[in-house]
Amino acid sequence: MKADPKGIKAGAYFIDGDHACAEGAIAAGCRFVAGYPITPSTEVVERIAERFPLIGGMFIQMEDEIASSIAIQGAVWGGKKAMTVTSGPGFSLMMEHIGLAAMTETPCVFINVQRGGPSTGLPTLPGQADMMQARWGSHGDYGIIALCPNSPQESFDLTIKAFNLAEQYRVPVLVMLDECVGHMTERVVIPPADQIEITPRRYWDGPKESYLPFKAGADRVPPLIKVGDGYNVHVTGLTHDERGYPVMSAAAQEKLVRRLVDKIRLNAEKIVEVKEEQTAGADIVVVSFGITSRVAIPAIEQARREGFKVGHLRLITAWPFPSRRIRELSAHVSCFVVPELNYGQMVREVERCVAGRTRVERVSHGGGGVHDPKDIYAKIMTCRKG
Amino acid sequence: MTEETMEIDVSMPTNTVEEFLRMDRMPHIWCPGCGIGSTVNCFAHALEASGLDLKKVAIVSGIGCTGRVAGYIKLDSFHTTHGRAIPFATGLKLANPELKVVVYSGDGDLTAIGGNHFIHAARRNVDMTVVLINNYIYGMTGGQVAPTTPIGATASTAPHGNFEEPFNLPYLAESCGAVYVARWTAFHVRHATKSIKEALLKKGFSFVEILAPCPTLYSRRNKLGDGLDQMKFYRESSEIRNDADTKTVGLSFQGKIIVGKFIDKDKPTYLDIMNDFFAQKFGEKYTPYKG
Repeated sequence: MKADPKGIKAGAYFIDGDHACAEGAIAAGCRFVAGYPITPSTEVVERIAERFPLIGGMFIQMEDEIASSIAIQGAVWGGKKAMTVTSGPGFSLMMEHIGLAAMTETPCVFINVQRGGPSTGLPTLPGQADMMQARWGSHGDYGIIALCPNSPQESFDLTIKAFNLAEQYRVPVLVMLDECVGHMTERVVIPPADQIEITPRRYWDGPKESYLPFKAGADRVPPLIKVGDGYNVHVTGLTHDERGYPVMSAAAQEKLVRRLVDKIRLNAEKIVEVKEEQTAGADIVVVSFGITSRVAIPAIEQARREGFKVGHLRLITAWPFPSRRIRELSAHVSCFVVPELNYGQMVREVERCVAGRTRVERVSHGGGGVHDPKDIYAKIMTCRKG
Repeated sequence: MTEETMEIDVSMPTNTVEEFLRMDRMPHIWCPGCGIGSTVNCFAHALEASGLDLKKVAIVSGIGCTGRVAGYIKLDSFHTTHGRAIPFATGLKLANPELKVVVYSGDGDLTAIGGNHFIHAARRNVDMTVVLINNYIYGMTGGQVAPTTPIGATASTAPHGNFEEPFNLPYLAESCGAVYVARWTAFHVRHATKSIKEALLKKGFSFVEILAPCPTLYSRRNKLGDGLDQMKFYRESSEIRNDADTKTVGLSFQGKIIVGKFIDKDKPTYLDIMNDFFAQKFGEKYTPYKG
């Protein structure tokens, strides 16, 4: 369906990635945001707090990130599209409720504007070191979706996409900005509502008496109902059966948790999005995401000018990881170069996919700044054949 | 409820609260002599007496023995994470203000790990009813010391006795802004039922504490007998003192228990204040938020 025009400020703007994210959420139909201030993400909720009163939204600044990350889930069951916004230290506190959202299949969006860590780290400076936490941060097994914008425009676009994927798969979706993308100001075009595609919540349309809240169809995603309509649903973070009732057994665990994992894993081809440039016939492929994908461009171009066949694959979805595509490329690529603002996270996924068939070189940077493109260029040079 | 029961036609179900329960989940997990079931009975009767549209009532629990209550009540029901029932309920209520939202959980859940959420929901006067069952310890995990354990009582993680000052919960709730505060014990079933009903019909953050025996993990360790002995103790040691100054109702080990309705006042809720505030700020441009 098309977006609700109410609240959408179509036009071209010069705004930063945090503000663009807030506008993306509004365009996606988000009308409940709970948050707690944390640099460098705060501008997102500041804009939401400014905009929401006049467009029928509810913003509440909660007492901490733990509260924020579960208030949004109450709001989703109350019928809203909802998100919370944070950065590293708050993201750590929210892990509890990423797990709850995964287990109770509550569609919601978490924004993480990444800064340098661990702990309080570098509050005002960039990092990309929460990528594995995004995938595995909450205890137990579950599937997750994480998106990585590299510009304010993408911050807008991918926030909408995050809400759509959350509804499609009844899963928490993470938008993993970094401080650079969050605070970078660029042209952002907000299209009119009739050009914005929205995935509506997937409500049960069968007879009330035959509704089972956790019984999924072929796509492994069960339909939702509205609280207050007399379904008397039970929702629990315990392992549960299709009725939502707790069942403490290995069989119930296998049935439920396998589905939670499979609904993302087996739908990965539909979810995965990458942007490729000159990867066909490339000898070397740079795999990057977020701000690093832009820092890598001068390095790639320099190598090309010197006659090397260098392709660029940019992760839009970090999770699920584009495993199949990396495997395909590894058939003809002699070396993958993976720059990221951490000491080796997404590069492990590349290594896993190529399974030793080809070289994988990391270009690590601890965060607090971005790479010098020369370092990426130098690594590309070490990958030359012969 | 005795008079009502006597008038019931024999063809009716013998247990009038069954329609409020998920009977397909019985038997419940609570131990013999546990007081939580008695409070659920009170809650069911209070729901019935409240006249609320049950479709529009939702119940939220945290984790623990009392945290299992949501799973046995036939309403839209949410069994959330440890200590977080209140912020979940806050989101649910603010997203859909036509719902009556009840939080039903234990002392450890709501005032230790969930203490921060408790004080802030009371401060904001979010419209919800919090029923807190206080059994002085963590029951589900094996009788550990809690912020409510009286000084001198022993617990599995306070084997030499607790020496920490416990919370006086009615005082805490009142000072944070609750508009309705009552305390009863599992012995005071009629009073508790009436208070829960009043709390359900009260606008704003209402709070009902009910002391309940945990014979398995509190009474036995402290040599206080079984559930019945604790009920006798509640009967003998309780004093009803409505409108008591909540500063004076702190609990001590096997000491006097002051029960009653302590606070019942009117104050605009979070949503009322927000709508009034924005209406003044924005004038006609503002449409009152109704969810």
